[in-house]
Amino acid sequence: MQVTMTVNGEQVTRDVEPRLLLVHFLRDDLGLTGTHWGCDTSNCGVCAVWMDGEPVKSCTVLAAMASGHEIRTVEGLEREGQLDPVQEGFIQEHGLQCGFCTPGMMMTARYLLDRNPHPTDEEIREAISGQICRCTGYENIVRAVRWAARHAAAGQAREEVSAP
Amino acid sequence: MTTAEAPPANPVGFGRMTRKEDARFVRGKGTYVDDVVLPGMLHGAVLRSNLAHARIVSMDTSAAEAHPKVKAVITGKTLEGLKLAWMPSLSHDVVPVLATDKVRYQGQEVAFVVAEDRYSARDALELIEVDYEPLPPVMDAREALSPGSAVIRDDIEGKADNHIFDWEAGDRSATDQVFERAEVVVTQDMLYPRVHPAPMETCGAVAHMDKVSGKLTIWCTTQAPHAHRTLYALVAGLPEHKIRVISPDIGGGFGNKVGIYPGYVLAVVGSILTGAPVKWTEDRSENLMSTSFARDYHMHGEIASTRDGRITGLRVKVLADHGAFNNTAQPSKFPAGFFHVFTGSYDLEAAHCEVTGVYTNKAPGGVAYACSFRVTEAVYLVERMVDCLADELGMDPAELRLKNLLRPEQFPYMSKTGWEYDSGDYPRALRLAMDIAGYEQLRAEQERRRRAPAPQGAPAPLMGIGVSFFTETVGAGPRKHMDILGLGMADGAEVRVHPTGKAVVRLSVQTQGQGHETTFAQIVAEQLGIPPEDIEVVHGDTDNTPFGLGTYGSRSTPVSGAAVAVAARRVRDKARLIASAMLEVDPDDLEWEKGRWFVRGNPTSARTIQEIALAAHGPLELPEGVEGHLDAQCVYDPPNLTYPYGAYICVVDVDPGTGVVKVRRFVAVDDCGPRINPMIVEGQVHGGLADGLGMALMQVIAFDTDGNCLGGSFMDYLLPTSMECPSWELGETVTPSPHHPLGCKGVGESATVGSPAAVVNAVMDAIGVRHADMPLTPAQVWRAMQGRPLRTDLALA
Ligand code: FES
Ligand code: FES
Repeated sequence: MQVTMTVNGEQVTRDVEPRLLLVHFLRDDLGLTGTHWGCDTSNCGVCAVWMDGEPVKSCTVLAAMASGHEIRTVEGLEREGQLDPVQEGFIQEHGLQCGFCTPGMMMTARYLLDRNPHPTDEEIREAISGQICRCTGYENIVRAVRWAARHAAAGQAREEVSAP
Repeated sequence: MTTAEAPPANPVGFGRMTRKEDARFVRGKGTYVDDVVLPGMLHGAVLRSNLAHARIVSMDTSAAEAHPKVKAVITGKTLEGLKLAWMPSLSHDVVPVLATDKVRYQGQEVAFVVAEDRYSARDALELIEVDYEPLPPVMDAREALSPGSAVIRDDIEGKADNHIFDWEAGDRSATDQVFERAEVVVTQDMLYPRVHPAPMETCGAVAHMDKVSGKLTIWCTTQAPHAHRTLYALVAGLPEHKIRVISPDIGGGFGNKVGIYPGYVLAVVGSILTGAPVKWTEDRSENLMSTSFARDYHMHGEIASTRDGRITGLRVKVLADHGAFNNTAQPSKFPAGFFHVFTGSYDLEAAHCEVTGVYTNKAPGGVAYACSFRVTEAVYLVERMVDCLADELGMDPAELRLKNLLRPEQFPYMSKTGWEYDSGDYPRALRLAMDIAGYEQLRAEQERRRRAPAPQGAPAPLMGIGVSFFTETVGAGPRKHMDILGLGMADGAEVRVHPTGKAVVRLSVQTQGQGHETTFAQIVAEQLGIPPEDIEVVHGDTDNTPFGLGTYGSRSTPVSGAAVAVAARRVRDKARLIASAMLEVDPDDLEWEKGRWFVRGNPTSARTIQEIALAAHGPLELPEGVEGHLDAQCVYDPPNLTYPYGAYICVVDVDPGTGVVKVRRFVAVDDCGPRINPMIVEGQVHGGLADGLGMALMQVIAFDTDGNCLGGSFMDYLLPTSMECPSWELGETVTPSPHHPLGCKGVGESATVGSPAAVVNAVMDAIGVRHADMPLTPAQVWRAMQGRPLRTDLALA
């Protein structure tokens, strides 16, 4: 069957099997390998992307279900060569080690901050509670999101300055 | 207006520095094995046994072969023809690549399908018919040696039982005497249950046999690419120079990616048979059910002391469940790994341990899980025994530890089981942890709560405080004592300074998230004064790096870190000779200051390392015996292991109505010697603490008596999330290792080793029970409070 969707702002159309998972569509058909796969049971969240602005576990969505919708992946976080403050925060606060859970964590973090620019630690922990990280013990992920919250204004200001 | 902070400049050497590797990871541009795509690549999938013990009567693969997208179906018979059906294990046993005679655990590899895409390969698995004759499974390690037990390993000639080995360490008769004289003896049985490292990335490989060149390239989730290459050469008879193992970005290892799994070999065979590259990526259930587990130690401990709490002896008997094949990764001489470091951090008169290994119908392995060769089991045992003793004596567990910890003046300390601890100031670390935690206040709070009148309605939570102190044994190891399958545990490194003063360092070890690309650049920077951003770290590719045994057992910094430091110092020594020619002075008149050699007494007369590098490649007439260029190498054979240590304190609140444990606080003081990059060290500790908390409270791979694995998915095998983990509180002391060139001791596994006992001790303290086995799930805690804790390894009817 044919699916058409917008991925990181670009429209794509492909012929796929009806049973193809969105995570495999992104990785294998589009070569967007920043979105990972880590479990068979929708428990780990390393596959998290946005569909129409909401985080979804892309292992639990069929490519067919995403047809006609808007997808944003980790590759779409950076804007015009400028890292999202969340990406910068993960670097500054050592919010990643092996990096496997990181794309999913960052997508959730961006979603949280868009709705709640100054979350408490509890709110950050709650937001990422459907995702597993085996490396960091979560502490530095929380700090990374806090860093991003602190630097959001500066990030936006930078964008304004660099706008023509 | 922009208010963005300018990022701090990187240290030229040790210090906090953000990681070089992160630039690709935060952009989703890492290259993990499953991201590798080659032209014409096919996909493999493994058919696995659904039974734990059964004879294979027949197998029909014709329907699978007829599938239009299937390119090959490989069975044990195919492999027998190629003499590849069995491969050597890491412990002088054999492991089947595909079962030929019997299946011996649920999830064992039975057939391999190669097809055009992932989904078709899986479809074809459904088309394979296997006729099994079920055999009685041996699931209870405690029954494995019973006379009536089925014999699992009838492939071994003459094998009539499930016994693997008996092993002992320490002085038996001296220990017996200590126990006979002892004023107090406490005995406790405990299980360190089977757990699985479960890195977020499962195992996988892409194998490509180039028919024309005869070169086999394998992208593989491996922590030990060089060891894998040599093993492929030995197993498959392929010439070693025609094998290239690439370990690209790895999504966490924790010991899970040390061994060679049948899937890797099958991808290779698939590529040889089809002539196309073959990718194999296991799913999560395959990962949890078939790849290396850890622990599974049934321990019977005895501790002896005087009535006033001086510990005099320790005696342990262990029944070690190794699964269906003995495939643990241990240095050859040590079938129970380093378990005999079980005397821990205490000064005893005598100690003795006996370990018996048995086969059961469970997955083989026993590789680590962030545990340096069974040190985790050893530390858990001694730290639980000390708490049991404190309970018996009515003593505060911290006070009992302070009374018995090794004293600084005893180092180097020869333990009663033959380990030479390098350095330490243990009481200082414990006191620091107690200060950070506010130990006295915590005990006072606990006392207040215990005395408070019972509230109306829901019962008040029970507060518990748990202490643990651990000594790690890492950096394996001196090659005359330690090898894996005959390969000595020394590692190579090469440092080369380019003409323009930038450098490259090549490592035998490999990162699975530990940040080697940053810390190893910092080691070179510290030695040569070249900024770390000017230093490229090459690792994880056997064609481009020197030989070595890889990253596990916290050995990267202790072994390879030393190799790099020594190689960089050799570069510095060579640079001195070249600088002396440049400055026309005697080398002895030169002094080093980070980044340059200068003439003693005349600091402006100097040559920077960059200037020297250019001269080393230029027309300058070099001193007698000095070859051009600026490079050096080192193969580092560690003179001893390193012994990082730490003191941990955990505070929990237990809901007496439900048994739910909430970890309120966790204080961790670690001493790993000097910290190359403190940010990375702290990250390693955080991760290990979460690991330990998970094992203490949630994680277990249990089985039912029919042989079914009860931990085969993340719905059943529970890992800690952000909600279970507290905000970790860290502290540090620094006691350099006297024999390591940088004084560094390694840290990767420390927290995993030290933390489980702290959590369990805290929960036992809260509920007033002497012992219950991990994991302390709500059900287990609740049952323990009723005086009938569960056996956690088996679902018994
Ligand atoms: S892959 Fe684990 S939740 Fe999607
Ligand atoms: S950084 Fe490795 S799983 Fe999160």
